[in-house]
Amino acid sequence: MNRRSADAIVSVTGHASLLALSIVFALPFAWLVSTSLKPPAQIFSSSPNWLPSPVCWQNYVEAVNTIPFIRYAWNTIFVALTSTFATLFSCSLVAYGFAVVRWRWSRPLFLVMLATVMLPGQVTMIPVFIIFKNLGWVGSYRPLIIPAFFSTAFFVFLLMQFFRTIPRDLIDVARIDGCSHFDIYWRLVLPLSRPALMVVAFFTFTAAWNDFLGPLIYLNDDRMYTLSIGLQQFVSQHAAEWHLLMAASTIMIVPVILLFLFMQKTFVEGIHLSGLKA
Amino acid sequence: MLRLKRQSIDNEYLTGLLFVGPWILGFLLWVVYPVGSSIYLSLCAYDGMRPPQFIGLQNYRAIFADPEFYVSLKNTFYIILIGVPVSLFFSLSLAMMLNQRRRGISIYRTLIYLPCLTPVVAMSVLWMWLFNPDYGLINVGIRSFNGWLTSLGLGFLSLPAPGWFSDPTWAKPALIIMGLWGVGGTMLIFLAGLQDVPRSLHEAAEIDGAGWWRRQVHITLPMLSPVIFYNGIMGFIGGFQYFTQAYVISGGGGGPEQSTLFYALSLFNNAFPHWRMGYASAQAWILFFITLVLTLIVFRVSARRVYYQGG
Repeated sequence: MNRRSADAIVSVTGHASLLALSIVFALPFAWLVSTSLKPPAQIFSSSPNWLPSPVCWQNYVEAVNTIPFIRYAWNTIFVALTSTFATLFSCSLVAYGFAVVRWRWSRPLFLVMLATVMLPGQVTMIPVFIIFKNLGWVGSYRPLIIPAFFSTAFFVFLLMQFFRTIPRDLIDVARIDGCSHFDIYWRLVLPLSRPALMVVAFFTFTAAWNDFLGPLIYLNDDRMYTLSIGLQQFVSQHAAEWHLLMAASTIMIVPVILLFLFMQKTFVEGIHLSGLKA
Repeated sequence: MLRLKRQSIDNEYLTGLLFVGPWILGFLLWVVYPVGSSIYLSLCAYDGMRPPQFIGLQNYRAIFADPEFYVSLKNTFYIILIGVPVSLFFSLSLAMMLNQRRRGISIYRTLIYLPCLTPVVAMSVLWMWLFNPDYGLINVGIRSFNGWLTSLGLGFLSLPAPGWFSDPTWAKPALIIMGLWGVGGTMLIFLAGLQDVPRSLHEAAEIDGAGWWRRQVHITLPMLSPVIFYNGIMGFIGGFQYFTQAYVISGGGGGPEQSTLFYALSLFNNAFPHWRMGYASAQAWILFFITLVLTLIVFRVSARRVYYQGG
């Protein structure tokens, strides 16, 4: 009896501390949404008030009109989607070449690929910029998208881990039946790897959605800005209009979080199966 | 039979090359050529327009004579030596709290993970507002807490309500606090590591009378050391790339009083607004050597302290 009530106390305090922690982590989100709905006069108050009165939905309309956020959202979706598909295609091809096809240079080339991860991006940033400048591509989306067609080491590695869990016999049987490697890749390995591909897609999409440095370097026409550059410009031009800034930030944050919640189940499965968790 | 086998090996060779082709091309285009070009540019005066002019080691000499270089290095080391350990400790503690079996635990995990999905630009804007010296949630909260303390006659315990991002001494701590909110990714890796620690070890130790604290120190920490090491290295490399937060919060200038002028920001400013591309290339190579040397040291020092299960 004593033991049981002690357990109950431990359980209650455990829940209480987890709940307190979650509230602390959720507070910034609550403050974000609350500010985004407040009338401007209510923002500058020196006592904490959480409930906007009246609720100003027009802050969102105003934010979207002050800076062309809808246009920026479309620009961002375009860049993010194209680079996601390019990454999925290139990384899965390369991962198949390293993990499934047996050839002499596979191992040494793979080690070279791993070594490139150690190279800081700053080292190649300037020459790569000059390449794109000489091609006349600065000011277009091409520098943000084209590199995705050449694969990313981290995602190649992740997909390789997953491809290796596919039974080798399955591939060998298909080979003996006369399937080409491309057939096996396209009709067997890719369909079996859906969860891992979803993980890669999610990471690439959010990375492109969040990317700041790339658009900062390559985009110079303000009609072509992505959300991250648009929001940064918004800060420098409307520094004190916090209700609008918070509305704009909410517009940028919500899609990523919804996408995550929507994909969470596939996501957990993919991480688990690809051995990423180690 | 023999002929067929040989033929198939030859074929595999070509197929392998074709599959890996995108990476090989990318490696040549985005790594080999840029690395060579960057070494050469670091020895040149180059403004991105006129052809580069070879000037030997002058860029390197200029960097080592530039006070801004030391300021940016100092700021970066602040993040690495204070920010990274603090965030490792914090994310490990979170992971330990979340590593229990109880109802609703996955909701808590999701809630604490979510902030790290926030785009860095949006996160920075949000925290500029939270840290607003006059009306931000944090200072407003601190002031009402202080008022409550004073009413209890405990006014001497009052917390400071500094200018955060507008105060040179508080700008970096504020950045670190903001980073703690987005620690979910690191926490998740720790959590996965914790779930790999065999329960039997804990149970055996518990039977032998080891308390909670001793089990954490003598079982969990050693079993988790590869994960701690991995997260430490990632945090340390990330520290050298610290850019977007500082750019957004300081408007690109690294202020106030250069307190958020981090290495990557200084490099970017030299390369793009100022078009000192030779100079910035030399900065990039110095960055590369500092990271390389420090990583080797970290590997050496931790080699004996990291325990690999079954390794």
